[in-house]
Amino acid sequence: MSNIEIVNLWKVFGNDPEIVFEPENINKTRSEIQDEFNQVVALRNVNLSINPGETFVVMGLSGSGKSTLVRALIRLIDPTSGSILINNQDVLQYNNQELENFRRHTVAMVFQHFGLFPHRTVLENAAYGLEVQKVDTEARNQKALEVLELVGLSGWESSYPSELSGGMQQRVGIARALAVEPDILLMDEPFSGLDPLIRRQMRIELKKLQQTIQKTIVFITHDLDEAITVGDRIAIMRDGEVTQLGTPEEIVTNPANSFVEEFTFDIPKTRVTSVSNIMVKPSSQEFDRRYVVAPESIVEDMIPLVLETGDPIPVVDSKDELVGVVPQEKILELVAQSARQEYSEE
Amino acid sequence: MSVTLEKEKLSTQESKENDKSYIIKYGISLVVFVIVMGLSWVIHLMKITQITDFPVNFSPPVTNAIDDFVDFLVVNFAWIFDWMSDQAKVLIGKIRDFLIWVPWPFTILAIMYTGWKVASRNVGIGSAIALLLLGLFNLWVSAMVTIAIMVIAVLISIVIGIPLGIIAASSNRFDAAIKPILDGMQTMPSFVYLVPGIMFFGLGNVAAILATVLYAIPPCIRLTNLGIRQVDIAVVEAGTAFGSNRMQLLTKVQIPMAIPTIMAGINQTVMMALAMVTIAAMVGAGGLGADVFRAMGQLEQGDAVIAGLGIVVLAIVIDRISQGYINNRNQTTSIE
Ligand SMILES: Nc1ncnc2c1ncn2[C@@H]1O[C@H](COP(=O)(O)OP(=O)(O)OP(=O)(O)O)[C@@H](O)[C@H]1O
Ligand SMILES: [Mg+2]
Repeated sequence: MSNIEIVNLWKVFGNDPEIVFEPENINKTRSEIQDEFNQVVALRNVNLSINPGETFVVMGLSGSGKSTLVRALIRLIDPTSGSILINNQDVLQYNNQELENFRRHTVAMVFQHFGLFPHRTVLENAAYGLEVQKVDTEARNQKALEVLELVGLSGWESSYPSELSGGMQQRVGIARALAVEPDILLMDEPFSGLDPLIRRQMRIELKKLQQTIQKTIVFITHDLDEAITVGDRIAIMRDGEVTQLGTPEEIVTNPANSFVEEFTFDIPKTRVTSVSNIMVKPSSQEFDRRYVVAPESIVEDMIPLVLETGDPIPVVDSKDELVGVVPQEKILELVAQSARQEYSEE
Repeated sequence: MSVTLEKEKLSTQESKENDKSYIIKYGISLVVFVIVMGLSWVIHLMKITQITDFPVNFSPPVTNAIDDFVDFLVVNFAWIFDWMSDQAKVLIGKIRDFLIWVPWPFTILAIMYTGWKVASRNVGIGSAIALLLLGLFNLWVSAMVTIAIMVIAVLISIVIGIPLGIIAASSNRFDAAIKPILDGMQTMPSFVYLVPGIMFFGLGNVAAILATVLYAIPPCIRLTNLGIRQVDIAVVEAGTAFGSNRMQLLTKVQIPMAIPTIMAGINQTVMMALAMVTIAAMVGAGGLGADVFRAMGQLEQGDAVIAGLGIVVLAIVIDRISQGYINNRNQTTSIE
């Protein structure tokens, strides 16, 4: 299991990045620095710690530094200052050999524009990481077949990427990354090149996949809806800085500033609020076993139950104990709030 | 296109508006020209030799120095040149002898099969007919000699050119260093290439090969370099992200993806080599070029024209086959 610790990370693009760290400049905004010195501050003092096994989403508008951050994690970009600890080792201190090993075994990346090898078949693409590790042909093909099946591409092994649809190409990208059994999966806007229907479907599949593979995933997106679907926690970036960090629920129900609020505006509260936040004390220990929910499930998922029964819904934890009930009014209240949001938007 | 057209339109409009200034400009030029001519006449009249002839001749010391240097090389490194020359002669001889030894129907069938397989049916049949004509006009042996010299020159060009191209693609400094040299090589008249060959190897096929390699190698280097540099940066990045080292990146990603461009470079190299091999008849290379040269010298126009057409036919056959190969390959690997 692994752990990513990003400490005071800066990245300044330009010919004289040090000038940004001069005491008189350090507090200047990104656009001031760009106007005065022609340097781009892509990351400004980013501090994040990402837990083992979690799906961590980095979200922000175009140019906010998301790609720079995730590419720094695999050293496709060398940060200007700060440190990145992965499994307690500073990635930025690696020499070439260590870096190669790190890229071969610890992290794998899925790219926005797929980055598939056009001259290799789907199988050879999926096996690339293992080939680079000098795993013998039979073993790597077997592993490649396995991951291709996992992403639903059995039967396409001998096709070339150009013969596949966008969604299928990105599955190859995901298979290629999974084949090396990395501790950490980096995904830079993996679905934003796909059309909306496929994108939705891929999100749901990623969610399922995550339950089987249990990896630490750093997922980049500019779409809050996507962030909420796949993310355990979300960091919102703006002009190279993290402006808010929290669970989807925290971010939607409690935006840190007006910038985040803009984003979260059209997300219905029922999508992110967990049951435990609206349940009340049960009046008795008797409850109807047919209609129970877990405390961590989200409200939106229990709406069908509400339609079936008129009674308050019992909330039962993993030890099978009744911890609360959700009365109908509470749900209606949330739904009404969401509806009001949408209404006032128009 | 349209932009330049518009510019031209603009400039003609302007010129009409500025008719007067045009007259003044040309008028001044005319006056200056007349004055200079008048002065020249006066200078000749007064026999001022310092101005009619160049006052100093730098040439002797420089040419002497070059003579000495080449003499030094030839005297002290004669064994290297002799050795290379011997090897090349033996190799050319072997290839030529082999090509002549194989009965012509087999050769023609082999070329037809290759053309058919690699390019298309028409190219295969066309090549066979072309070669048959070469044979019927008694140019077979000469054509085989030309091919032998060309094949060796092309192989040497590829063996040296592709690695240089790869180095140029991975080092901007090396690229910057060879770029002006390659530019220079491509602007030089082809005659100039004959010079180093004769200097080191005297007249003959070996000098011809050196000249041909020098002349034909630039596209091979350039297009290898270009092909590798053109590989989609996103794909190279993906290769890097999976922990490829430089060699793996080169052999598994960059070179395979650059193959179509590299092949185009080789095609150009082949065609340039053929052109040079014929010109190299002037330094004693055998083959079709030599036939043309000899016939011209002996005022046998008919032979000269036939041999000349032979060169054209051979060029077309080689070009069709290698172009067809490149096109087919590009289609089947279907690189986006
Ligand atoms: N190689 C580079 N040289 C100079 N500036 C760069 C470079 N790469 C990125 N930048 C700048 O850094 C800033 C952050 O870029 P980054 O690619 O990280 O943004 P992003 O959040 O991924 O945006 P997008 O959603 O468009 O992918 C941008 O202003 C960009 O112009
Ligand atoms: Mg990006």
